[in-house]
Amino acid sequence: MSYLAPSKRLSSQTRLSLRSIGAQKVLSDVFTQTAADAAAVGFVLAHLPRDAGTVLWAQDRLSAKETGQPYMPGIGPAQSVMRVAVSRPSDVLVTMEDALRCKAVSAVIGEIWGDPPTLDFTATKRLALRAEAHGVPCWLIRRAAHPNLSAARNRWRIASLPSAAHPHDAQAPGDPRWQVELFRSRAAQPGTWAVRYDRATGRLDFSAASVDGAVDARDGADRHSATR
Amino acid sequence: MRVMAQTGTAPPDDLPAAMVAEGQHGPVIHDTNRAARLAGVQRGARVTDMKALLPDLRVEYADIYGDRHAMEQLMFWVRRWCPWSAQDGPDGLILDTTGSDHLWGGEAAMLADMEAAFSTLGLTAQIALAPTWGAAWALARYGTVRSICAEGEIAQKLSPLPAEALRLNNGTVTLLRRLGLKTIGALADVPRLSLTRRFVKAKLHENPVIRLDQAMGRTAEPVSSPDATPTFRAHTRLPEPIMDPTPFMPDLCRELCDQMEAQGYGCRRLLLTVYHTDGDTHRIDVAMSVHSRDPDHLLYLFRDKLEAINPGYGFDLITLDAAQTEQMQTVQAHLGGGADETVDLSRLIDRLTARFGVRAVSTPALRESHVPERAQNWVGALHGSNDTAEVVAAERPIRLLSHPEEVRVLYAVPKGPPVQFVWRRQTHKVARYAGPERIAPEWWHDLPGTRLRDYFKVEDHAGRRFWIYREGLHGDGRGGDPRWFVHGMFA
Repeated sequence: MSYLAPSKRLSSQTRLSLRSIGAQKVLSDVFTQTAADAAAVGFVLAHLPRDAGTVLWAQDRLSAKETGQPYMPGIGPAQSVMRVAVSRPSDVLVTMEDALRCKAVSAVIGEIWGDPPTLDFTATKRLALRAEAHGVPCWLIRRAAHPNLSAARNRWRIASLPSAAHPHDAQAPGDPRWQVELFRSRAAQPGTWAVRYDRATGRLDFSAASVDGAVDARDGADRHSATR
Repeated sequence: MRVMAQTGTAPPDDLPAAMVAEGQHGPVIHDTNRAARLAGVQRGARVTDMKALLPDLRVEYADIYGDRHAMEQLMFWVRRWCPWSAQDGPDGLILDTTGSDHLWGGEAAMLADMEAAFSTLGLTAQIALAPTWGAAWALARYGTVRSICAEGEIAQKLSPLPAEALRLNNGTVTLLRRLGLKTIGALADVPRLSLTRRFVKAKLHENPVIRLDQAMGRTAEPVSSPDATPTFRAHTRLPEPIMDPTPFMPDLCRELCDQMEAQGYGCRRLLLTVYHTDGDTHRIDVAMSVHSRDPDHLLYLFRDKLEAINPGYGFDLITLDAAQTEQMQTVQAHLGGGADETVDLSRLIDRLTARFGVRAVSTPALRESHVPERAQNWVGALHGSNDTAEVVAAERPIRLLSHPEEVRVLYAVPKGPPVQFVWRRQTHKVARYAGPERIAPEWWHDLPGTRLRDYFKVEDHAGRRFWIYREGLHGDGRGGDPRWFVHGMFA
């Protein structure tokens, strides 16, 4: 019995820190596995403070063209958003940096497509330092991009997983689930988790990602057992 | 007419001429000169009808906004006779001359002076003087030339005038005429109780009782005289032409802000004009989301715009004008002296808008519509939006494509969800779905023949959740086979 105790404590520590990592007021960047996957946006939105102030959302032209624009009827009226649609990635960086200085902005989200040369280590370092100095969470969503050198404090890679069972309709997709990989972080141990987002309460349930293929295949396929 | 008078091309008075404005069914007569009026051309009549009546009628378009502006200027100009004046409808001015007539040598002399001054401006004026606004209005339009009405003789002077002279609308005048009340005197003779009973719920411009009281001085009607907006302008004259205005901008901004602060004003637009030595001018304007008179902020807005000036041979005069000025209170946001957060946000909006343009910086305006692309509209943050529409209760995606993208689908049942679809050259197998949610076209917006949409929330084999729709139904008579589109993405 004695060998179980330390591992239990460790797991509870990681779980605690995982909740707080997302709420840290630092620069985090999020990579998506496929470009047109809204999982990354959902993950970022789940971490934003509610009813706190305006969220500044900057998009470059390609991001807006390929993956659309934020849709407030789906995001919810509690979040007030100001959108800046610019053409170049460097303009997105300028906008984010300018917005981080502003006290009325509760969070800054930037979307940049690909690996533009302007988004180098220096640019991310500027954003990271400014976000920490002003205490504003800053999220950089990167699509069709490589995770090259960056000063982001937390770096995530996010993909969709088959959703949880719908409570009333076995046929329909339920609460979203994502595969979340924290591959670089200052504050926590990197790792991979399957995250379920509870839309009703707005909370994230981190659980260890299953490595067992047999269990994986059953995920989200509860309807088969239900219909049988 | 004003422009033509300035350029010397105004038609002579003895030829019929008319100004027209756009009406609901083609142009209508806005105003006429005396010759045309005598020939039977009426205001509000259609131009085609009047041309039939008078084939050689000369027709010009009216400059309604210019006239309104000129009238406003005229309102301030007439303050040479008395300190209070106000506009009275589109074609009238009211002056409160109480206590100022003796400066002009009596009332009659003042009216004569006014008429002379107006005629030197090239304007004809019908002037009357009376103790009340209503009586003056009636006498100026329906009374004798330069009529003066003393305190006790309002009833006597007004009684022969027609009922229109009471500032009533056409419907009420017609009604009074049907009742046999053609003059103000006849109306005043009717017992007050029965008149009140008849018009108890009527509004001001259709209520003869209130209008009569106003004209007779039984109800007060003071003149509220608006103040002229001060103009703020800072300029720098340079001894030699220069190429770059940047070093002069801080001083110009500070001077302008000092001027505005002295009078308690703030501005929402700034116009920078540079005058080139070769006579050319270049102008840059910046806008703000709230009124401001902070020189550093104003300076920041010009930061990247000054490079756009083509210096040519250089320029020797720079002016900075404040537009859309408004009185601004100095507020202390916090007791501790901290900055206000809303000010911060509006400054951020200004900075970003000055840099990227009005359309780039936007906030969502939600509207009550079931059609997804109409439910949300992005409006410029500079102008702000305070639409608070109820959002649709059904589940909506968090991303919406600007234009729905057509997909090729494979379905088991024509009315059901697809089994798989090909979007951007990738095949997605549908694992689960919810729907359909049918959204009918809004006939009051859409073109006839617009097809309905059946929306499905589908999840593919990899777990990605899309919002796709089928446009139309098989055999709905609005085109061929229904087409499928991807419209949004769920988290």
